[in-house]
Amino acid sequence: MIFHSLPARANTFMPPQGTEVASQFDTLYAFLLIASLISFIILIGGLFLFVMKYKRKSIDDKTAYITHNTFLEFLWSFIPFVIFMVVAVWGIVIYNNMKATSEDAVEIHVIGKKWQWDFLYKNGKTVTNTTDTSGNIVYSTMIVPEKTPIKLIMTSREQSDSVKPVIHSFFIPAFRIKQDVVPGKYSSLYFTADKKGEFQVFCTEYCGDAHSKMLAKVRVVSKEEYDQWLIKETEALMNLANLSPAELGKLVYQQNQCSGCHTINGSPLVGPSFKGLLGSDRKFADGATQKADENYIRASILNPNGQVVEGFQSGVMPVYKGVLTDEQISQVIEFIKSLN
Amino acid sequence: MSTAGAGHNYLEHGKGLMSWLTTLDHKRIGLMYGIFIAFFFLLGGIAALLIRLELFGVGEMFTGAEYNKLMTYHGAIMVFMVIVPGIPAILGNFFLPLHIGAKDVAFPRLNLLSWYVFMAGSIMAVCTLLLGGVDTGWTFYTPYSIGTSGGVVLMVLAVFILGMSSILTGLNFIATVHKLRAPGMTMNRIPLFVWSIYSTAILQVLATPVLGITVLLLAMEKVFGIGFFDPALGGDPILFQHFFWFYSHPAVYIMILPAMGIISELITTYSRKTIFGYTAIAYSSLAIAGVSFFVWGHHMFVSGQSAIAGILFSLITMLVGVPTAIKLFNWLFTMYKGSVQLQSPMLYAIGFMFLFTIGGVTGIMLAVIGLDVHFHDTYFVVAHFHYVMVGGTLMAIAGGMLHWWPKMFGKMFSEYWARISYLFIFIGFNVTFFPQFILGSMGMPRRYHTYLPEYESLNQISTVGSWLIGTGFLVLLGVFIHSLMYGKKASENPWHSKTLEWQTTSPPFHENFEETPVVTAGPYEYR
Repeated sequence: MIFHSLPARANTFMPPQGTEVASQFDTLYAFLLIASLISFIILIGGLFLFVMKYKRKSIDDKTAYITHNTFLEFLWSFIPFVIFMVVAVWGIVIYNNMKATSEDAVEIHVIGKKWQWDFLYKNGKTVTNTTDTSGNIVYSTMIVPEKTPIKLIMTSREQSDSVKPVIHSFFIPAFRIKQDVVPGKYSSLYFTADKKGEFQVFCTEYCGDAHSKMLAKVRVVSKEEYDQWLIKETEALMNLANLSPAELGKLVYQQNQCSGCHTINGSPLVGPSFKGLLGSDRKFADGATQKADENYIRASILNPNGQVVEGFQSGVMPVYKGVLTDEQISQVIEFIKSLN
Repeated sequence: MSTAGAGHNYLEHGKGLMSWLTTLDHKRIGLMYGIFIAFFFLLGGIAALLIRLELFGVGEMFTGAEYNKLMTYHGAIMVFMVIVPGIPAILGNFFLPLHIGAKDVAFPRLNLLSWYVFMAGSIMAVCTLLLGGVDTGWTFYTPYSIGTSGGVVLMVLAVFILGMSSILTGLNFIATVHKLRAPGMTMNRIPLFVWSIYSTAILQVLATPVLGITVLLLAMEKVFGIGFFDPALGGDPILFQHFFWFYSHPAVYIMILPAMGIISELITTYSRKTIFGYTAIAYSSLAIAGVSFFVWGHHMFVSGQSAIAGILFSLITMLVGVPTAIKLFNWLFTMYKGSVQLQSPMLYAIGFMFLFTIGGVTGIMLAVIGLDVHFHDTYFVVAHFHYVMVGGTLMAIAGGMLHWWPKMFGKMFSEYWARISYLFIFIGFNVTFFPQFILGSMGMPRRYHTYLPEYESLNQISTVGSWLIGTGFLVLLGVFIHSLMYGKKASENPWHSKTLEWQTTSPPFHENFEETPVVTAGPYEYR
């Protein structure tokens, strides 16, 4: 299968613009390039002018004795300051656009490991590196629908405990976004792809021997094509009697005696109910509050007595650190999410 | 104390190896630093050439593991053993006391101890890197550094020892500037080089302990399994990055501030004109030193630190740009209505301004948080910091060495060949690093030992440039060796400079001045 990649924008040396954020980025970058060129011409032009005009004629040259000029010095402090603040705020606006998300974003889990990217879809489909018939690596490709907000939930973990997971970074140059992928944490990346096509993914946090070969692709397809792909993959998974992360999470929930304390119908027992938990505001016994996100639930499973919600007893729930695998915790989180 | 009669210069004051190894003379200690830092620069430079050679083609000359050791070797040596100690240890040691009319630094024995500590750390680092190898990069990021094999623990202990040397040197310089200024030498009359070394010394004393603590925590985690940074042990890997950059960002200014001091000296001397805005330049050094403590988070815009932290760090980082712009414009206007002589040190100073301006404006681009998300950890960053660190600091070291060479050794050098070296280094530098801005814009990540075919031609241009830089430094080395062997005798003040070091003999007496100078005016009274 050969997919046509969008060509690099030859005139600016920038990668193709796959998102609205990318074009906003390029506008600010172009502005700064021009502003820099003007500053450069003023400084270096002035330098050449003075070097030629005031070239030494003899060692006895009399020179002007000018110690300072308050007005000039104010100008070249204040004008750069104003320009710097304007571009900083402009950059913050773009940064906020990068972080903008919507409620109905399509969520895809990204797992970074030495040295490949895996993509996990809601229907249980996992995309990973494969090898072709001649033994070459075929890098994993994340398929996403165009013009749809996408949220990547990313973490770094390894297949086996004997390998220590390290930090990676997920970088899509065509979308002008990247985010570090840290073991023991979830980080997020948001984008809405405007154009169909295939785009390069790099790992940009040094992660060892094959760091430069930790590659992947993003393939942006039409919504219809994406839906068809999902249905096809779901059917394939059903045929294999596989279950989605949420369904696997339900199994974990049943098999680890969670249901003894946590209901799924909304009424609290010994512990809070899982229904409506994710995204709710939690108030703790010490008065602090926090929004229950993926990291909160993960922390509550690994170290339940770290922060106890007001109205519940401390020291009741066993510690699940070392009992559940990272993968199982992700599945439980997906299960809890599915109850909302 | 004064055993040195007139006519006894510091090179002839005591003979034999032992007279050097036990010397308390700041000038001799400066030279001893110089010899070894030059040697380490050669080692780091060879690693750089090999890195560029590997990147010449898409094919692999080294394996990934070998390449990663090589890039760690280059980064760690150049940062910890060349540009951080470089200017303060060599030129600072030699000229700070001369500049303020003192006989020596405040604590000569501590100064010699600093050198021994530096040597211990350096030898440990070089041995670790050569024998076992370290593949973490010079940043030692956790949890990678926890999991990897090799001599990480020995290497970070070497960095700890080197840091100790840096703290002692800084302490010595602060005391020297405060206590040993000649009569009449008020703080508003000290040369700008001294101001820059003084600002740097404050950073060395305040920031380096944080590095020391951080690498000790890392060593404890690796040896005893105490969980500070490793998530598997309940630690937080991002914490390491905060600690590391809390030192390593100020360290960037430890590298560049002394270079700015040299440039101030060169521009005023070769323009035969008093410096424009002495106060602004002096206080902008202090301002840069102060602000540099509050910008470390700009290395971590995509690490997962909170959005609000990223935004604040972006705004504060912009503040560093202002004093930097002030310095550039002040140097420019020092030439205005001056008498500009394009001696080779001045060529290096002009080259510094050219390259540092490019490094500066690209620094602004990187400080803009929305842009840094794309540029972070790409070749754009590699190009930016080489423009600042090599285009800035190394150009200043080269210019400063040439400028002060006649004073240090009492011999002139070949101006013609010094200019040739400048041409090779300046042109080679731009050929090497300018294409890397484009590679970074295109998205090529750093620390890649292989790359996509579309990046090949720019990488090849970059590699050719590295050969030009190498040639330039070899020529410069030749200029220095030739001067030592065949150089003409230098007069006391060949450049007609006004600062105090030129008012004594070349090379200076053992205790610098025949009698303590009395200062009645500022350092740059060209009238």
